[in-house]
Amino acid sequence: MQEDAYARILANPRFLELTSKRSRFAWLLSAIMLVVFYGYVLVVAFRPDLLATKLYDGATLSVGVPIGAAIIVLAWLLTTLYVARANTEFERLNQQIIEELK
Amino acid sequence: MKASRAMFATALAAVAGLASVSPAWAAGAIGGEVQKQAVNPTAIVMFLIFVLMTLGITYWAARRTKSAKDFYTAGGGITGFQNGLAIAGDYMSAATLLGLTGLTFAKGYDGFVYSIAFLVGWPLILFLMAERLRNLGKYTFADITAYRLNQTKIRTLSACGSLSVVALYLIAQMVGAGKLIQLLFGLDYAYAVMLVGVLMIAYVTFGGMLATTWVQIIKACMLLGAGTFMAVMAMSQFGFSLETLAKKAVEVHPMHDAIMAPGSLLSKPVEAISLGLGLMFGTAGLPHILMRFFTVTDAKEARKSVVYSTGFIGYFFLVVGILGLSAIVIVGTDPQFLDADGKLRGGNNMAVMHLAKAVGGDLFLGFISAVAFATILAVVAGLALAGASAVSHDLYASVIKKGKADERTEIRVSKIATLAMGVLAVVLGILFEKQNIAFMVGLAFAIAASANFPVLILSMMWKGTTTRGALIGGFIGLLTALTLVITGPTVWVQVIGFKDALFPFEQPALFSMPVAFLAIWFFSVTDGSREADEEKAKFGAQFVRSQTGLGAESASSH
Repeated sequence: MQEDAYARILANPRFLELTSKRSRFAWLLSAIMLVVFYGYVLVVAFRPDLLATKLYDGATLSVGVPIGAAIIVLAWLLTTLYVARANTEFERLNQQIIEELK
Repeated sequence: MKASRAMFATALAAVAGLASVSPAWAAGAIGGEVQKQAVNPTAIVMFLIFVLMTLGITYWAARRTKSAKDFYTAGGGITGFQNGLAIAGDYMSAATLLGLTGLTFAKGYDGFVYSIAFLVGWPLILFLMAERLRNLGKYTFADITAYRLNQTKIRTLSACGSLSVVALYLIAQMVGAGKLIQLLFGLDYAYAVMLVGVLMIAYVTFGGMLATTWVQIIKACMLLGAGTFMAVMAMSQFGFSLETLAKKAVEVHPMHDAIMAPGSLLSKPVEAISLGLGLMFGTAGLPHILMRFFTVTDAKEARKSVVYSTGFIGYFFLVVGILGLSAIVIVGTDPQFLDADGKLRGGNNMAVMHLAKAVGGDLFLGFISAVAFATILAVVAGLALAGASAVSHDLYASVIKKGKADERTEIRVSKIATLAMGVLAVVLGILFEKQNIAFMVGLAFAIAASANFPVLILSMMWKGTTTRGALIGGFIGLLTALTLVITGPTVWVQVIGFKDALFPFEQPALFSMPVAFLAIWFFSVTDGSREADEEKAKFGAQFVRSQTGLGAESASSH
């Protein structure tokens, strides 16, 4: 019974749509996070002086402080972005696929 | 050179698992010899309140924990918000609070870099794993790796991976806990370790996952609340201007302007990238973290829980940065917190404790001490539960009884395993008191990233994974991580005492992860057995279930 349902879903074009859309979105967001983080790590390792640049003339804070904070905020924003789409659009598509089994 | 390596290891260990025994700046705090402090009555009263509250919850949870599902996953009815808090509670150890503030206090910006590295794994766990984990998993992550592969072999592998990670992490936590409690409460080391062990056993054996979850939630709230309060109080001294705070910090810090930029800690690119990989994917292979995804009702809630946990953890790391910087000015210039040489009393990892006293007096110091203790309890409870379920669900029910164990015996085995693990943790905690254990947390992360994670992710995403590939590749990953850490500078030079390390890097992930992935791939594609074909044929069904949640475990009725 279950096996049969799985086979039918696998043949459903909507399922292909769901998985390809969702995985493209997930990989895109993962790539953004990886590029930003490892880009930052490389700057930390090779050109720390760039992060030491002062925020403005006469400032004590360096640009590294807001950049670091921005990476933390970005990490969180990416998660909200993913869930906003996954829990609405993708979830609806998912429900449709399961409905069509009946 | 050697000093910077030592610092590197210490920072990682201190941050991840509260276990730093090393020369340089971190000595004295939670590592090495600590001075027993005078008994602190406020701290003890606050802590007793916490213990009574959590024991009350355990009593309540025990009455609701009847089936195996209740025991392992709190019945699967935890909401995304609750789970997000519990994950945050699991992930923000006492060492995050003490180690990261201490690191920022000592080195400025470098502390911030560590915080970032600790956070960025979470979005990836969400994008690539969260819904699959929830849809395929039941009680342990081995349920997923063994979904279409050979139960006996793969569960043995995953249980080995889980138990090594849990054991290393648990010992590190126990030793750290003993020292911290000695320092904060003036309690003997051995009694402190025993106290942690007894409470851990009580939470897990009686209250199972439900009690563990609530202990983690309460602790996360306490930690977030206390951190916020302290940051606001500290910032009020600088007119809530980060620039004013930074200016004063640069003025008084011995490194002056250098604290505003990355320094020596991550100057070696290979170490930096390897550390980043290890932290990012190690998190995705920690059994006690993975287990949290089985407690929520469905994939939707699993996703939400990561949004909440990433938010809470990220917020906390920003707060920690402010606390570390404030401590430079408020604590670092106040003679009551300094010893005769002008060094911080109790070591740099005590910076946040002194800050608590400076901004909130003895009462608040007592509260923060209780929070630090609560934090350790929540983390060890989660670890013990993950270890116990690997023994009872994977080894006993699936490997020994071949899936024919009855539920009540399985739970009983789980409770016995918790008890055994608790006793073992106390004994090892006492034995390792004077040992150099800084490498243990690093090793736990390395094994998680190089054995658990590759097997888990490939079994979910790559159709071609076979039992042979996963088994051989997983063990090769485990052994590579183990070998590289042992022959690396932390163990070979600092623990064993050889002059030069055989493997030059502190962080093995950059090497051990590719080895594991390659080995799984190679031994899978060369596997021409009939079983391998059957396993590949089952991938379609697994894929549908992982994507749609059809046939996934649902929450129990109450």
